[in-house]
Amino acid sequence: MTGDMATVTGNRGLVIEEPLIFEQGSPAKCGVDLPDPADKPDRLGGLARSGAIGLPGLSEPEVVRHYTRLSQKNYAIDAGFYPLGSCTMKHNPRLNERMARLPGFADLHPFQPQATVQGALAVMHHLSDWLLGLTGMEAVALSPAAGAHGELCGMQAVRAALDARGEDHRRTVLVPDSAHGTNPATAALCGFKVRGIPGDATGRVDVAAFKAALDDTVAGVMLTNPNTCGLFERDMVELAEAVHAAGAYFYLDGANFNAIVGRVKIADLGVDAMHINLHKTFSTPHGGGGPGAGPTVLSAALAPFAPLPHVVAEGDGVRLIEHIEGDMQPFGRMKGFHGQFGVFVRALSYMMSLGRDGLRQASGDAVLNANYLMARLGDTLTASFEGPCMHEALFDDRFLKGTGVSTLDFAKAMIDEGFHPMTMYFPLVVHGAMLMEPTETESRETLDAFCDAVLALAAKARAGDAAFFTEAPRHTPRRRLDETKAARTPVLRWEPPAPARAAE
Amino acid sequence: MSTLYFTEDHEWVAVDGNTATVGVTDYAQKQLGDVVFVEVPEAGKVLAKGDEAAVIESVKAASEVYAPVTGTVTEGNTDLAETPATVNDSPMDDGWFFRMSLDDASELDDLMDEAAYAAFVASLD
Repeated sequence: MTGDMATVTGNRGLVIEEPLIFEQGSPAKCGVDLPDPADKPDRLGGLARSGAIGLPGLSEPEVVRHYTRLSQKNYAIDAGFYPLGSCTMKHNPRLNERMARLPGFADLHPFQPQATVQGALAVMHHLSDWLLGLTGMEAVALSPAAGAHGELCGMQAVRAALDARGEDHRRTVLVPDSAHGTNPATAALCGFKVRGIPGDATGRVDVAAFKAALDDTVAGVMLTNPNTCGLFERDMVELAEAVHAAGAYFYLDGANFNAIVGRVKIADLGVDAMHINLHKTFSTPHGGGGPGAGPTVLSAALAPFAPLPHVVAEGDGVRLIEHIEGDMQPFGRMKGFHGQFGVFVRALSYMMSLGRDGLRQASGDAVLNANYLMARLGDTLTASFEGPCMHEALFDDRFLKGTGVSTLDFAKAMIDEGFHPMTMYFPLVVHGAMLMEPTETESRETLDAFCDAVLALAAKARAGDAAFFTEAPRHTPRRRLDETKAARTPVLRWEPPAPARAAE
Repeated sequence: MSTLYFTEDHEWVAVDGNTATVGVTDYAQKQLGDVVFVEVPEAGKVLAKGDEAAVIESVKAASEVYAPVTGTVTEGNTDLAETPATVNDSPMDDGWFFRMSLDDASELDDLMDEAAYAAFVASLD
């Protein structure tokens, strides 16, 4: 804090300097006042805890204030523009929240008999229908809990299919440079060896290098489309045909589905498996605001290996299949119970309220908004690749060359302007990347305010005012953090000031 | 006296007889920024040329260090786990990653010498 702004309390207006909860209150204080139970038989064989366990002691209003103050330090999509590339931070319609809070959905227990939760199962079945309808695929596994978990589901299905074919020597997965970073991690977790495929000068997969890498050890390919440079992989069908001709499977990372939903039928591209981030494309809170969900759609070739449970319509009702029936060959389960049900309700509510035409318009507007940023910023910032982009605009740091300002410094200055910065230093294929994804839910006024700020900052950087950037941010509760020290010598646990008795 | 070779992945290889010492170049550490985590291979690990041999993580990115030649690891620089900053301070010397035996000396022919690497780095700007 600057000296001339100093206050007695350390607070700045309504920005409260909040200590940790452990640094507040006293062990003698408690938010609830319950009588000691009269009858306390020892059922722990004399192992009952005797020492203090070091919980903070605060009254209820103190606890409420503590967490409210912490929440006020958050920046969220509900607070402002959040152009974090690759994250699809769009508005989460409140209608979805209202549907998810209906008692018939919110108060369920996964152990309830199926006859008592037919409405919930119908939601899962209806959602499955939507996902299959939008992609043209054969089967869907709803249970994966997030995007990378959906990748794991798809690649486990690939592995199961190869094993069923007796081709367990196929253990290599090709991953282009422009794929999401989780793709190689997923392949490695499934026991595959990862081989990178370079991109070409247009930011897309090098088709010749791709085809040259296809041999009889290749299990599959993991490609992101639109890719992480915000570009559509135009040679997708040709790539898929080559993959299938080589006897391998085609995994599509569907994290960027928001750019093409309602416009591209995934099955027509030759895809064998794709996860769909419901929390991104279908607008459920994420990024610290809620759990994700990554249902995985499968082609006819992989459908027999879909994990349990399956959701099937039977007669007038819907049934959850939890054990092998008939000739199904599930590779297993992805998690306990049936998936992120609350996210299913929100996503289905979003789909039904927008309709197919609305979803198609949403993806078009997402691409339009990104190209608006590209058009307004492209002459000043340096776009990494030529031509229009899809749902996100990628710039690199060539425009900062010689200014002494880095991508990180530039991002910190954007915080002072009241914006969440874009994604930095990702993708790795360009230098000092700045990846901006505005999404379709931002107005032109918001985009203009953002562009005005970015252009003004770029002019300031080029005018030689490097210190303005290297000292940013100035208006945040904390100034620039020492990321290196935080990573090298992290303090992961609060320690009480005086030696306290260890928990017994 | 060892002979220095370089790869396009910004690794250096110092070859002394049948032993190669591998690290990342000064250009690599500058591009990565402050290095905060390093994982080196253990002795006995067999590596084919191009295999992932070590992991390096900075405040900006996580990357792999690849085996520049085929051989067997004889020693990893375990000090880097405690003091990853050594990679920034002394990339060509104390910041070495691992030593390995050399299976096929002819693989060195594919690598660059110091002058060729300097020209390669200059072409990147």
